[in-house]
Amino acid sequence: MYRMTTHTRAGAVTAISAPIFIVAALALPAVASRGVVQDLFFILTMLTLAQIWNLLAGYGGLVSVGQQAFVGIGAYAMFAGVILLGWNPVLAIPLGGLAALVLAVPTAFFAFRLQGAYFAIGTWVIAEVTRLLVAQWKALGGGTGTSLPREATSSILGTDAIRTLFGLREAAARDVLAYWLALALVVAVTGGIYWLLRSRLGLALAAVRDNVDAAQSVGVDTGRLRWAVFLIAAAATGLTGALVFLQTARISPGAAFAVTDWTANVIFIVVIGGIGTIEGPILGVLVFFALRSALADYGSWYLMTLGLIAVVVMLFAPKGLWGLIASRNGLHLFPARRRLTGPKIEGGI
Amino acid sequence: MLETHGLTANYGQFRALFGVDITVAAGECVAIIGANGAGKSTLMRSITGVLGNEPGMVLHRGEPIGALSSAEIMKRGIAMVPEGRRLFPSLTVEENLLVGGQARKVPGPWSLDTVYDLFPILRERRKSPGTALSGGQQQMVAIGRALMSNPELLLCDEISLGLAPVIIRDIYAALPRIREGGAAIVLVEQDIGKALAVADRVYCMMEGRVTLVAKAAEVAREQIHSAYFGVAA
Amino acid sequence: MIWLDILVQGILLGGLYALFAAGLSLVFGIMRLVNLAHGDLIILAAYLVLMGVTLLGLSPWIAALVAVPVMFALGWLLQAAVLNRVLGKDILPPLLVTFGLSVALQNGLLEVFSADSRRIPVGALEGASLDLGLVTVGIMPLMTFASAIVMIIGLNGLFYHTALGRAFRATSDDAVTAGLMGIEPKRIFAIATGIAMVVVTLAALYLGMRANFDPSIGPARLIYAFEAVIIGGLGSLWGTLAGGIIIGVAQTFGAALNPEWQILAGHIAFLAVMLLKPRGLFPRAVD
Ligand SMILES: Nc1ncnc2c1ncn2[C@@H]1O[C@H](COP(=O)(O)OP(=O)(O)OP(=O)(O)O)[C@@H](O)[C@H]1O
Ligand SMILES: [Mg+2]
Repeated sequence: MYRMTTHTRAGAVTAISAPIFIVAALALPAVASRGVVQDLFFILTMLTLAQIWNLLAGYGGLVSVGQQAFVGIGAYAMFAGVILLGWNPVLAIPLGGLAALVLAVPTAFFAFRLQGAYFAIGTWVIAEVTRLLVAQWKALGGGTGTSLPREATSSILGTDAIRTLFGLREAAARDVLAYWLALALVVAVTGGIYWLLRSRLGLALAAVRDNVDAAQSVGVDTGRLRWAVFLIAAAATGLTGALVFLQTARISPGAAFAVTDWTANVIFIVVIGGIGTIEGPILGVLVFFALRSALADYGSWYLMTLGLIAVVVMLFAPKGLWGLIASRNGLHLFPARRRLTGPKIEGGI
Repeated sequence: MLETHGLTANYGQFRALFGVDITVAAGECVAIIGANGAGKSTLMRSITGVLGNEPGMVLHRGEPIGALSSAEIMKRGIAMVPEGRRLFPSLTVEENLLVGGQARKVPGPWSLDTVYDLFPILRERRKSPGTALSGGQQQMVAIGRALMSNPELLLCDEISLGLAPVIIRDIYAALPRIREGGAAIVLVEQDIGKALAVADRVYCMMEGRVTLVAKAAEVAREQIHSAYFGVAA
Repeated sequence: MIWLDILVQGILLGGLYALFAAGLSLVFGIMRLVNLAHGDLIILAAYLVLMGVTLLGLSPWIAALVAVPVMFALGWLLQAAVLNRVLGKDILPPLLVTFGLSVALQNGLLEVFSADSRRIPVGALEGASLDLGLVTVGIMPLMTFASAIVMIIGLNGLFYHTALGRAFRATSDDAVTAGLMGIEPKRIFAIATGIAMVVVTLAALYLGMRANFDPSIGPARLIYAFEAVIIGGLGSLWGTLAGGIIIGVAQTFGAALNPEWQILAGHIAFLAVMLLKPRGLFPRAVD
């Protein structure tokens, strides 16, 4: 009579509308200008990073402030694949994910030794060390950085087909390709997280976040779960980093390992949107983009405002904007929480 | 001096007290007995502000104190010996005592010296970390720590818990001297005999409610039995 | 001989890092809060001292003295109005709030003071040095180190020999029971953060007198402070000094080999200690 379910009506709407959205997004470059495609690329990559960070901190309790390490190493590995190995840039992107995965092993080894809040700064230290080491890599431009060679950017796999399909110039075709890849990545990451949360592992993850001791006592292998989440998140972050710098085609340690761009902004997106939900980062990235567009001319005031908004949200609406919406009308577009359904119990409290 | 009116308390969804009324007069010794989980400690935590209340649920000298913080309530002269003693592990015995008196400095019978006279063993162990003591000695520190503020009302939550009978006797021997100092005492106890021997009045609690109020000298065994277990003896 | 010189420079540099770290360690010890804005608050204090010197014409020492109550009040307010609201079992809210503050502070400073490097002028003291026979040491590094030692002695005295220190330790052990002793934990936290900001001002004074600073260098100071605290083992200020010295020595040796390796060498020393002694060099017996 009673059933454990994650089903909601809004969830069903999402299940139907998500494919429509994705198809529309795929077709968009046919009508949208290059500027719009670039903006959407930015939004999608930030959303990917936000979903990943949310998985780490919001679901896994792993508050990393060092995600820029994986963005940077992913981007640099892609550049290394192209410049040093002569690979096609698109094919070099997985190299970025692999490099980040490899870097995540020693990172986790060190950072997991630090308790609670010190974990956060521990990841930051590793990111700094990685940045400083990469800045010594003279073949990729050392501290000043380098660009993708002209031959490589002009022969990216798939751009020829896009050029003939939409009648675009080479640089614009590259943007479209990057946009599609970003779309694929964000769908894969969001879908993957959604699947993970609805699987048995999702429950285990919640147990880990809320109370490691209790989780251990009910037989969840918290150590392995934390490792798995951290490594997967690193690999996905590395892929995103590679993709972002494929689109810019220019890299430097300062840009690739920027704590502001790849961690601070990402954290603000998640906090403002709503930590611990899949909807939160989606809403957050839209707010973030709107703020960024509105305040773009005000230089550092913009980042200051963003930081303060995040503080205010944490103080007065710790579940973020999505939390406010969900508590008003119980909306769950990505229902991952288990709820008991069945006839109403009479006389309950 | 202290009254509760329809005092309720919740832990999240769970209601632990359902409208408790008790009174304690100045200088009086009141025992509160009841089985495990009856809500005795919860009552103590509510009176001392560890659990928040509505203002009017607890009155001290006629003034509502239910919504005050535990620090404010303590400064009004209501000190507690918490369940499980809860000494500060990084403080020595002497520092544990001093910390009990540092926020409320009023004239009264209790000082470091008189507490050491009450429990002489503590003077010998004054430099040890509080948690390096035996259970009985720790209980003495916890009582001494509460006395250091010269309270009008001393709340003692199960001061005999887990202690050997001889130690319990020593600790109970201190209670008359504490009363001579002028403090009223609320004794939460499982050990009914011990409690009745020193108390003027007794409250019995069961499942978050007061089931019996009586003068300690007049109460009959059967009365307590039915109030304690909810069945007639 | 050159190596001895480098070693001594490194040890003295460790004094500066201990100054960075002491405030962080104090706050963590009492309320288990890691303030990610710590480095940016050091930079803020440095600008405050600088303004006292340039706008009011004070000597750096007097300017720091003036900045001390301002920073104490700022720390007190920050704790009372913001951080006390988010302290709790969940470590996420305080981390995210202080991270937001860090970014806001850094960019606010950038907007007000620009990205130009500044320095607190100290006149003749700046280049002065003392010949100790085997090595020559700068007066300024020597004073930094001496200040670090005095500060640690002072903080330990406060901690272990005053009623306030007792309240700090009691609250750190068990805030609920401290409340039953008439101690208001939130007030204690506010005072603790205020005191941490006093230490921060001292750190800022030496930071600003010894080297150039600009609004962007706060996070790196946070990291050095953090490394010193972790190397030392949580809970011991002398351990923190030892941690600072290890990073300082590693940095000066790294720089002697190749100027680009200075910072990296410090971080690597930290990672090496983490590898060999995960709980730091002087861990507290009870945690
Ligand atoms: N922190 C808490 N969270 C949730 N429920 C609690 C908590 N503390 C007590 N309770 C519940 O409240 C009820 C009353 O508990 P309380 O500790 O007041 O009982 P007690 O009479 O002191 O028992 P004992 O004699 O065992 O100390 C019990 O059912 C207990 O399970
Ligand atoms: Mg109890």
